[in-house]
Amino acid sequence: MDAYLTDVVIPTLQQRLAAAPQIFRDEVSFVVPPERLLEAARLLRDELDFDALLDLTAVDYWPDGQPRFHVVYQFYSYTHNVAVRVRVPVAEDAAEVPSLVAWYPSANWYEREVWDMFGIRFTGHPDLRRILMPYDWVGHPLRKDYPLGYEEPQFTFNFDDIERRKPRPRA
Amino acid sequence: MGVEHKLGEMGIVTTTLEQAVNWARTRAMWPLLFGLACCAIEMMAAQASHYDMSRFGMELMRPSPRQSDLMIVAGRVTRKMAPVLRRLYDQMVEPKWVIAMGDCASCGGVFNNYAVLQGVDEVVPVDVYVAGCPPRPEQLIHGVLTLHAKVMKEHPLRQRA
Repeated sequence: MDAYLTDVVIPTLQQRLAAAPQIFRDEVSFVVPPERLLEAARLLRDELDFDALLDLTAVDYWPDGQPRFHVVYQFYSYTHNVAVRVRVPVAEDAAEVPSLVAWYPSANWYEREVWDMFGIRFTGHPDLRRILMPYDWVGHPLRKDYPLGYEEPQFTFNFDDIERRKPRPRA
Repeated sequence: MGVEHKLGEMGIVTTTLEQAVNWARTRAMWPLLFGLACCAIEMMAAQASHYDMSRFGMELMRPSPRQSDLMIVAGRVTRKMAPVLRRLYDQMVEPKWVIAMGDCASCGGVFNNYAVLQGVDEVVPVDVYVAGCPPRPEQLIHGVLTLHAKVMKEHPLRQRA
């Protein structure tokens, strides 16, 4: 693993955020509670030279994971060529996380996408609205309890049933 | 079919007015530039010099719906794009036709989910469906010729009841 990562980044983050690193095959990730996210972002950008936020997504661990969502941030440093991951566990009933738009402007559309797909609010975001689905859509599609929404295939055993209900082309 | 024959050497053809109108409509049908996804590449290939579509009067694709007769929906239409598609169809002037090019425009294709329209005929009336993923340029041209055959059989002057 990169010397910068092992000698500078991991000890600093471990100490200042009181979070243990999870290392898997040269990938480093830290689990940080939502209250300390802004502090972690400031630390990464100003002191440790992680000037790029590569990605911001979320994972849904329904039904068995507690807490339900993890918001995942991937930070990258161009000067040192190292990447680090920060995971923020979020419970379903308090699905709010501070927004990183003030620190990393590229977080703007990523946070809109996470709001659209998972329903996790970002406090402090200037314009939090849907980005992939139509603006008046109800529901958050990438949650695990959202139905697939597919059209049922018409086999021979349910042919008549589907034939009665299937959508016809409008004239 | 109307009576069409040349009278001697004078270069006169007789036909019916409906046949003449249909003939004129098919020979200069301008498509609306509506390539949404991968089928657009095949539409471009059909338009280019190897499989020339300007043989059929479609010299260029008009970006403006006011100036086009034919909408070739090439590619999948998402739920967010559907109202836009309908609005462009409404802005086209009569007479207008729609070709659903490819599997995604005809029936949703491989994308059987909440975000993609299962066939563009949920929002606009379609005249010809061209199957394929993506359809080869020859298949698209066959679809255009099928549309021409359909238009030749129309009755544009008949009074609607």
